Amino acid sequence: MNIYSYIALIPLLPLATFLLLGLFGKKYFSSISGILGTFTLAVSAFISLAVAYSYFFVNGKVDGVFQQIIPLKYTWLTFSPNVSIDMGIVIDPLSVMMLVVVTFVSLMVHIFSLGYMKGEERFATYYAFLSLFTFSMLGLVLSTNIFQIYMFWELVGVSSFLLIGFYFEKPSAVAAAKKAFIVTRFADLGFLIGILILSFHAETLDFQTLISRLTDTQSTQLMGITTASFMGVSMLTWGLTLVFMGGAGKSAMFPLHIWLPDAMEGPTPVSALIHAATMVVAGVYLVARLFPVFVFDAAALTIVTYVGAFSALFAAIIACTQTDIKRVLAYSTMSQIGYMMFALGVSGKGGEEGLGYMASLFHLFTHAFFKSLLFLGAGAVIHLVHSNDMKDMGGLRKHMPITHITFLIACLAIAGIPPFAGFFSKEEILTAAFHSNKLIYVLAVFTSGLTAFYMFRLYFSIFWNKEAHLHGEHHGEGTLSMKIPLIILGACALLAGFVPIADWVTSDGIALETHIDIVFSILPVALAIGGILLALSFYKTENSKSDKIASSLNGFYQAAYHKFYIDEIYLFVTRKIIFNLIGRPAAWIDKNIVDGLMNKMASGTAVISEKIKGFQSGKTQEYALYFFLGIISLSALFIYIIK
Amino acid sequence: MNSTVIMFYCISAFILGTGILAVTTGKIFRSAIWLLFSMMGIAGLYFWMQMEFIAAVQIIVYVGGIVVLIIFSIFLTQKSGEEMPKPPLTKTIFSLLAAILGFTFSYLLIYQYGFNDGNAPFELKVSDIGLKMLDTGEHGFILPFEVISVLLLAALVGCIVIAMKVKSIEE
Amino acid sequence: MNEINITDILLVSTALFFVGVYGFFTRRNMITMLMSVELILNSVNINFVAFNKYLFPQNLDGIFFTIFIITIAAAEAAVAIAIIINMYRSHHSVDVEDATDLKY
Repeated sequence: MNIYSYIALIPLLPLATFLLLGLFGKKYFSSISGILGTFTLAVSAFISLAVAYSYFFVNGKVDGVFQQIIPLKYTWLTFSPNVSIDMGIVIDPLSVMMLVVVTFVSLMVHIFSLGYMKGEERFATYYAFLSLFTFSMLGLVLSTNIFQIYMFWELVGVSSFLLIGFYFEKPSAVAAAKKAFIVTRFADLGFLIGILILSFHAETLDFQTLISRLTDTQSTQLMGITTASFMGVSMLTWGLTLVFMGGAGKSAMFPLHIWLPDAMEGPTPVSALIHAATMVVAGVYLVARLFPVFVFDAAALTIVTYVGAFSALFAAIIACTQTDIKRVLAYSTMSQIGYMMFALGVSGKGGEEGLGYMASLFHLFTHAFFKSLLFLGAGAVIHLVHSNDMKDMGGLRKHMPITHITFLIACLAIAGIPPFAGFFSKEEILTAAFHSNKLIYVLAVFTSGLTAFYMFRLYFSIFWNKEAHLHGEHHGEGTLSMKIPLIILGACALLAGFVPIADWVTSDGIALETHIDIVFSILPVALAIGGILLALSFYKTENSKSDKIASSLNGFYQAAYHKFYIDEIYLFVTRKIIFNLIGRPAAWIDKNIVDGLMNKMASGTAVISEKIKGFQSGKTQEYALYFFLGIISLSALFIYIIK
Repeated sequence: MNSTVIMFYCISAFILGTGILAVTTGKIFRSAIWLLFSMMGIAGLYFWMQMEFIAAVQIIVYVGGIVVLIIFSIFLTQKSGEEMPKPPLTKTIFSLLAAILGFTFSYLLIYQYGFNDGNAPFELKVSDIGLKMLDTGEHGFILPFEVISVLLLAALVGCIVIAMKVKSIEE
Repeated sequence: MNEINITDILLVSTALFFVGVYGFFTRRNMITMLMSVELILNSVNINFVAFNKYLFPQNLDGIFFTIFIITIAAAEAAVAIAIIINMYRSHHSVDVEDATDLKY
């Protein structure tokens, strides 16, 4: 247990860094704030790796099953003897894997930012925010308690708001930050209600107890929550669906995805950290954490499946049309998260049934590496070109060889070409889908082809296509601190597929036998290669084939280009319907009834005081007269009336 | 209708008559003189009740002290021959009503209570007052006596302070 | 009507009290107001003496109260007159309606 006593340091070190840099960074540490933040995070990452080693290889297993360990628990608020909010740390395969992913990717981003954000005026603030974000995310994955997770969930929302709006001089960044905050906040409302429903019926906030009560078919709590119903749907389904709504908000699932593309206004390393590897997978993490309960409710799981699958396809189609490279990556993130979601949705619990659960988390693991690599690579490209638009790029392969190679690795990984990381996890997902739901399988395979197409469209547009015409001074690939993370992550994207997640992170803690079926793999891989070849023919050299295709699909292309007008629909709903039907009447009530009442009371008081202020004349004799009359009436009252 | 009763009515009429004149007369100096008569009438009432000592104190302190002090202050602040401004009619009416109301009320209370006077003989010896005044026993008045002395001293000092303060401001 | 009892004396003192009250309400001159207060105090003195004589002849408490009230009245009159003269010096008036500095 020795290493577990240090585990509290993992989230607390970034918190300390945040406080230090946030309070004193600008004044005292502005030059070394980056080094300081990176160093403390490196310590956290090291402890996480040590914990992971200790848990997976030394003492996590009892009789071949991974145990849930709670090394630290402190009761913070007690509502009643049974219901309390605890602050604690939970160690199980899921949280250990997330610890490693979060600290590792965050560390890479910290190192990359040393070069990328160099010379930024609010350098120390940037690192303070990064530390805050890392702290909240780590707190989230370590939560023992559904309320604790909610608190960290909100902290993640706040820190992402701060980071997206980091360039607050830009109106678009401010708008994006607000949008992200409001959309996720709206989703969190659902999450909160879901928490209340679940914990009300389970009579506890603690994950362990909650799960054990709601999965025990004999328990009165499960009876209560399944028999109670609202609008013909059981409370269990309601609770889980609302919790999923919170997760969908953070994970940018359709229709709550609108904030994610706009969130690309933040600094690019932030996008790598938040919008690729950590924050957006919080939703997946949440569903995985409550997975034993989800399994009990087919309806909620079906919603998860279809929302995930639809988001995957939907985002992939939009990604094919976007020209802003960060937006392409954002939509690909949404698409990949969709994969993870529907993998959870098609999963069952235990043994072969639980393949989807494992596959989802495996994909989360590999995706974290190659997606952060893609974003950091895009960051390096943007650093060189000073533009986000792929029209301004092209032919960069000679100027930035390291970025080129690592970006290619990441693209191959996300496209699912063996032996890169994405291949293995995607194969597991497809297998799980194939055994569970053929419709989902077809969608997923098609999306995987699309993924290969749009990723290589991106790749060719950046690194091949036309000749590079860089203007202005030209400073190569950036500093060493930007190259190192690219190389490390490139290696990870290459090798992460061989990490035996299947042995570790499963729905029941028992290692799962997996095997790659060559015959089964042929179709998706062939589709992926087809996508790549298509992209090659369209975008390797400058030609007009893609424009022709686009114009032949004019209506659909335009719709996809405009992200299927989801933003416009939201605007219509909020501006025209909600503002007019709810906002304005509410404002009228506020102005005329609430304020009016107060104003009437105030003016009434003023009028009355105007009337009676004559009594306060300052004339002694009048006071004496009132005093005298008061005495007479009081004594008359007490003598004759109240005897 | 014996002579004591007639005497009582005469004294009472004198007290009330001069009292009313003291509060209603227009010239302030006359008002003070009517007050003086009223005080003497009260002293006469004490004599009538065979309270010679109290009557003497009344004459010495009130008639000889306080009223003279008031007359001095009139000389210091007023042109004594002048008619004082009359109070407004409404004020007079309201004050009169209030006073009559209070009087009726109090008198009704007194009348209805029906005091039961025992008519026991009462004899006041001045030596008793002196003994009691300095008695430290159960019904002695030594503590109030001392407190009153301190109060008088405080009033004396207070008067001097008030008078001196003005001078310092003027300087 | 052959005997004067305590009720008659109390009638006189009550009447004197309300004469004082009336004066206190109507007079604007502070010195005359002070005189009204003296009348009120005297009416109270009469009460004490009458109570002592007619109701508790064995005690002397009423007498003592009267003596103390007279003493306090003397002190009160001295202080009041000091204040009045002081005010006359600063305001050149002893009218109670001019003494409104503490109104606000």
